[in-house]
Amino acid sequence: MTQGKIVGLEGSFAIAEAVRMANTDVISAYPITPQTHIVERLAEMIADGELNAEFICVESEHSAMSACVGASAAGARVFTCSAGQGLELMHEVLYIPSSMRLPVVAVAANRALSGPLSVWCDHSDVMALRDIGWIQMFAENNQQAFDLTVCAYKIAEDKDVLFPTMVHIDGFYLSHVIEDMMLPDDEVVADFIPEYEYPFVLDPEKPVSMGCYGPPFIYPEAKKAQEVAFESTKSKILETWKEFEDTFGRHYAPVETYKMEDASIALLTMGSISETAMLAVDELRAEGQDVGLIRLRLWRPFPFTEFRDAVKDVELLVVLDRAISFGMGGPVCSEVKSALYDKREDLKIVGFIAGIGGRDITIEDFKYMINRAAEKAKAVERGEDIATEMIGVRE
Amino acid sequence: MEGEISEMEREEEDLFVPRLITTEENFAPGHRACIGCGEALAVRHVCKALGKNVIIVNATGCIEIFSSLFPQTSWQVPWIHTLFENVAAVMSGIESAYKARIRKGKIEDRRVKFVGFGGDGATADIGLQPLSGAMERGHDFLYCCFDNEAYMNTGIQRSSSTPYGAWTTTAPVGKKSIGQMTWKKNLPEIAVAHRIPYVATACPSYPFDLMDKVKRGVEMTGPAYVHILSVCPTGWRSSPEQTIEIGRLAVETGVFPLYEVINGEYRLSVDVPRLKPVKEYMKDQRRFRHLTDDVIAEIQARVETEYAKLKEKAGVK
Ligand SMILES: Cc1ncc(C[n+]2csc(CCOP(=O)(O)OP(=O)(O)O)c2C)c(N)n1
Ligand code: SF4
Ligand SMILES: [Mg+2]
Repeated sequence: MTQGKIVGLEGSFAIAEAVRMANTDVISAYPITPQTHIVERLAEMIADGELNAEFICVESEHSAMSACVGASAAGARVFTCSAGQGLELMHEVLYIPSSMRLPVVAVAANRALSGPLSVWCDHSDVMALRDIGWIQMFAENNQQAFDLTVCAYKIAEDKDVLFPTMVHIDGFYLSHVIEDMMLPDDEVVADFIPEYEYPFVLDPEKPVSMGCYGPPFIYPEAKKAQEVAFESTKSKILETWKEFEDTFGRHYAPVETYKMEDASIALLTMGSISETAMLAVDELRAEGQDVGLIRLRLWRPFPFTEFRDAVKDVELLVVLDRAISFGMGGPVCSEVKSALYDKREDLKIVGFIAGIGGRDITIEDFKYMINRAAEKAKAVERGEDIATEMIGVRE
Repeated sequence: MEGEISEMEREEEDLFVPRLITTEENFAPGHRACIGCGEALAVRHVCKALGKNVIIVNATGCIEIFSSLFPQTSWQVPWIHTLFENVAAVMSGIESAYKARIRKGKIEDRRVKFVGFGGDGATADIGLQPLSGAMERGHDFLYCCFDNEAYMNTGIQRSSSTPYGAWTTTAPVGKKSIGQMTWKKNLPEIAVAHRIPYVATACPSYPFDLMDKVKRGVEMTGPAYVHILSVCPTGWRSSPEQTIEIGRLAVETGVFPLYEVINGEYRLSVDVPRLKPVKEYMKDQRRFRHLTDDVIAEIQARVETEYAKLKEKAGVK
């Protein structure tokens, strides 16, 4: 297995290491809590000559993503990172690299959306990005933040992929927390993500027109092509994770499970809270409940097959949302239901909303969710409507 | 007077100068601009001046629409369009990508030029912040603003570059409105305030001057800005065959003076010792036809004051 060293690193610094080892050419970013430590560390690396990159200190996130688009179209390996309001401000631009097939790599330090202003973690920003056409994945700890960032370059730049890729890390929980992790040697990472040549680069020797406008006679064809290509990235994602495992010894899968072998109740989470959820599962199991945990690692393209497979023997699925779709409930819960529609009529699905705006979710909260979900499932059986419950809220 | 051209010299110039211009069209004909479009003409001249070793970043707007209907393109040089307001930022990325890749030995330095195109809306309004950012950061690029004084692509809505008194669809003329109620934003001055090495105004009615400025701007190291008045018969409600004439009148009346600011030094490109009355410029544009003599007098006074200030900056008596 690969060489490396165990180090204590903040999540933000771990990501900066991945960006440095990838020998990134252009970084364009705008500071926003809780993403700031990533950009600051990268700026430091460039100032110290540890990373030979252009750092474009742009005047907004809209420009940050626009500059990434330009740099990527000019053949550079590019990186940006943002959070919350920043992702909202760049929202318009996020659709561009995915429709123009530019392999921009980004990290989002997930943060609640205003108002009221909150710099703390939740997934409101993530949920506003569901349809941007980027490959999106979730990290649970700093090791994963590093590993998935490394993988993001390899996936995005694969000639059969060429889609922008975003790694989600929970703001503060990962961005600002120091954890032990295995930092591989530079050369191993460099070998894992070789230099790449963008096939349609902006170059006067081979003029191309990029971003011509599409009237109705071509727009649907362009979008269908994009969707087909996007769906087909999954095999490359799996391939890359396999290769990563062979090189670095750590395993990643679109849907990861914990103690699901004989579980009739499953909890579903994304991001850093999954580690607390595992502790809750342990305690619940000790109390005699056959509970397991399902974590969505790959968020887009949505891993339908793996997800359906993970819940095939489950009777009750409890979904945690860290965001609200106003008037609709929890967004992840809605998606999960639609993924299972027509597939598992006997499966009860109960959603909870918790942990928004940085409110902690405790082991006790998870225990409450599991017990409460059982009651709600019974209510559903009786033909009653159940509303999505927000837990831990003072009323 | 020094610098003045004699009648004979003028004739010689008319005969020979066109031969100095390339017949190569880097902006190919067959695009979909309206007849008499000053913007299309300006783009053509700019592209002749730029040559082949260039990458163009284009904002959403008339130019993008009339030149790039998939699967056709007028662009013979690399060209990219993404959004309305982000030209300067996309260009910052492209320029930085070249810089980094050259420094890292990934590509050789072929001295590629980076040029941004935007309408007045893309430049003066929605894209001003990215442009200001790119100028402040000092990227090596030329930005050309094609100013047709409104959002033409979406149907003649006002911009901050629309002149006082002009009719537009969002500054309509009515019982309580003379049309545009604000004075045109002075973008070249905003560019100058960034202390960039090169700022100029131009107009396709003066094609050689325009091409010279584009060449100077693009050769300059650092940010350069050329603001090009582009007559729009559709939006200005003028006759297509008068496009060149109206552009000339804009200069001869002092409404749109042609000048350069090289490293902070002002230079008038065309001095007009005696300005023609602004009414002459306005009379064939139906966007101004509702204006009373009082308003025209107000505009006349403003133009004279502004022109005098400019002359003073250029040190012209
Ligand atoms: C974010 C955004 N807002 C609005 C529009 C609609 N829009 C497209 S072009 C345009 C006006 C363009 O005006 P200008 O930049 O002056 O260029 P012109 O068409 O006049 O050449 C507008 C408002 C858009 N495409 N994107
Ligand atoms: S609307 Fe005006 S600027 Fe646009 S193509 Fe027509 S004439 Fe040219
Ligand atoms: Mg305009």
